[in-house]
Amino acid sequence: MTESVMSPPKRTVGPVQWVRRNLFNTWYNTLLTVVIGYLLVTSVGPLLNWLFLDANFIGDSPEACVGEGACWVFINQRLNFFIYGFYPGDEQWRVNIMFALLAICIVPQFIEGFPARRWLGLFAVSGLPIVGYFLISGGWFGLETVPTHKWGGLMLTLILAYVGILASLPIGIVLALGRRSDMPIIRGICVVFIEVWRAVPLITVLFMASVMLPLFLPEGMNFEKLLRALIGITLWQSAYMAEVVRGGLQAIPRGQYEAASALGLGYWRKMGLIVLPQALKLVIPGIVNTFIALFKDTTLVLIIGLFDILGTVQSTVTDPAWQNVAIEGYVFVAFCFWVFCFGMSRYSQNLERKLDTGHRT
Amino acid sequence: MNDSNPHYEQTRRKPWNDPRVRALIFQAVAIAAVFWSGWALIDNTLANMESRGISTGFDFLNQSAGFGIIMSLIPYDATMSYGRTFWVGLLNTLLVSGMGIIAATVLGFIIGVARLSSNWLIAKIALVYVEVIRNIPLLLQIFFWYFAVLRNLPSPRQSVDVGGLLFLNNRGLYLPDPVAEPGFGWVAAAIVIAIAAVVIIRILAKRRQMATGKIFPTVKVSVAVLIGLPLLAYLAAGGPISWDIPELKGFNFGGGITMIPELAALWFALSIYTASFIAEIVRSGIMAVSKGQTEAAQALGLKSGMTLRLVVIPQAMRVIIPPLTSQYLNLVKNSSLATAIGYPDLVSVFMGTTLNQTGQAVEVVAMTMGVYLTISLLISLFMNIYNRAVALKER
Repeated sequence: MTESVMSPPKRTVGPVQWVRRNLFNTWYNTLLTVVIGYLLVTSVGPLLNWLFLDANFIGDSPEACVGEGACWVFINQRLNFFIYGFYPGDEQWRVNIMFALLAICIVPQFIEGFPARRWLGLFAVSGLPIVGYFLISGGWFGLETVPTHKWGGLMLTLILAYVGILASLPIGIVLALGRRSDMPIIRGICVVFIEVWRAVPLITVLFMASVMLPLFLPEGMNFEKLLRALIGITLWQSAYMAEVVRGGLQAIPRGQYEAASALGLGYWRKMGLIVLPQALKLVIPGIVNTFIALFKDTTLVLIIGLFDILGTVQSTVTDPAWQNVAIEGYVFVAFCFWVFCFGMSRYSQNLERKLDTGHRT
Repeated sequence: MNDSNPHYEQTRRKPWNDPRVRALIFQAVAIAAVFWSGWALIDNTLANMESRGISTGFDFLNQSAGFGIIMSLIPYDATMSYGRTFWVGLLNTLLVSGMGIIAATVLGFIIGVARLSSNWLIAKIALVYVEVIRNIPLLLQIFFWYFAVLRNLPSPRQSVDVGGLLFLNNRGLYLPDPVAEPGFGWVAAAIVIAIAAVVIIRILAKRRQMATGKIFPTVKVSVAVLIGLPLLAYLAAGGPISWDIPELKGFNFGGGITMIPELAALWFALSIYTASFIAEIVRSGIMAVSKGQTEAAQALGLKSGMTLRLVVIPQAMRVIIPPLTSQYLNLVKNSSLATAIGYPDLVSVFMGTTLNQTGQAVEVVAMTMGVYLTISLLISLFMNIYNRAVALKER
């Protein structure tokens, strides 16, 4: 009897078993692990050396970069330009206040149970853009006017993305509702609008905004370049947003529409109270993906001569005073974008989990 | 309802509360608004163009362009017309898009499958690749490849030399160019015959399987025919292909095929960027095929290769094709970023230089947008036809 009692299986858990199961379970996996492990070890070490160990962080001139590694002194020295562009130095506190306000509104959105979180979020999409406009452009309350061609750097990138995101979502929702409308002419107009904007590259839209918008407008009426770029980006992006929202609208069962109608709700209340909340919740990943795409696409304004963060870096890496700092510049911009985009995608996953009601249609 | 609204009966009869009447009014207003704004746009544009002395019409397409283009697939020089610059730009756009689509698909499928690998290290590397690459703007990646990598390569004299055949330097990538010698016609004929033979084998194999249930190893035989027949012809005709190998002549290379750094940078960036999105599409497609399908196929006695080819991949493709189409479209549209590094694509050559020289913004922008509109519609048309062919048919 006693000899038939089996002892517990040996070594099914623990680090050794984990490695055996996940890295060396078949002969070809073993081979791949060895080859790739070797490549990783030989490439990550030098990379870390270049990034941190051999890099130069402190200094105030190109001479400070003596090591073999990255020259972060360059980023340090030009950081002001990368963040504010040509915004006058004495007025930069205004931009800093904006950054602070933005952080106060955005950061609590990640923290569960923060007081007045909802109100801060509401302020971020309603009052903040207005406050920001008056604060940054000036001309009011004794603030010095700063024309838009002096805006630049990270600040301009954030402005473009923020305004583009805020404006394209409502326009996109209206277009999506129009595309699903029963009225053939409204539907036709929306379909043509969406399909045409979606088929052309953003660069051609920006070119059109900068070259042709002045031709379209009546004599004497002229927008600034920044505003023209914003109009182009918003219209282009709202077509993409419309398709994402349409996907959500299509996923709502017909019964929901019919039930809302049966309750005697009119069109706008039916959509606003019953259909859209459910539809938008379904397509949060798609909406955030569109936001991320828009955020990355704001870099294209450098082609029509606006200095966003990539534009400011691009214009300084060719500075003859600094030699071979292109890679450092690009790594810096890439890191900035990566932080924002990755943050947005993680926030959307978080939101999705939180809003998941467990209903599967 | 009636209590809260005592005028319910009355309001019901008012024409502006009738949904059908309201719909008609809305649509009439919408048409009027569209026509009015369209008319205002045209009116303003014509007035503005007249006051600035810009001519209209497409006559400029026949004028001599007078500027050089660093790369063209068709013969071009500065004396040729603006119409010719349009075609040069269009072909360059199609070239980089085609190369990008092929490379991004291959890379994307590899990374997508790697993310599902049972090897932890490979799965994690694929994950890092996807999360890093897709969160960095494409324009930045193009700049990186062009200004930081390719421009920093050594000069032609110190080229990176791969076996004396392939040379890489800051002027571009130099590859050997195959030149057809007399007798090459036999090889070409062999390729055509091989393709025809494969088609016939497939039809016969299917017919035989339908009749007898016996499976013919179509794929193996097809590959053998496609490679073997041209190779036999090549050897029989005495190797009628010679290679034009690039050589250092003076300060630069001569002979062979040259891939200019602008094309290489754009191609690398487009492929690597789009591959990160394709990888996610492929992963979700494979994960969408339920495990029971694989188990059922194995229970039927299918070998693992056949399970993959006949059961898993066809079902995964249904999920993969529609978003893949969007990625192809994005890649074609993103190729217009060429203008930032000076690769002579349609936007750079036509909407850039030609527009600046002629000033005919309306015609040039309309033609450029027309091209992208056509490409988009054609790609989605073909992909929709393919999609319909593979879609789930519920009977």
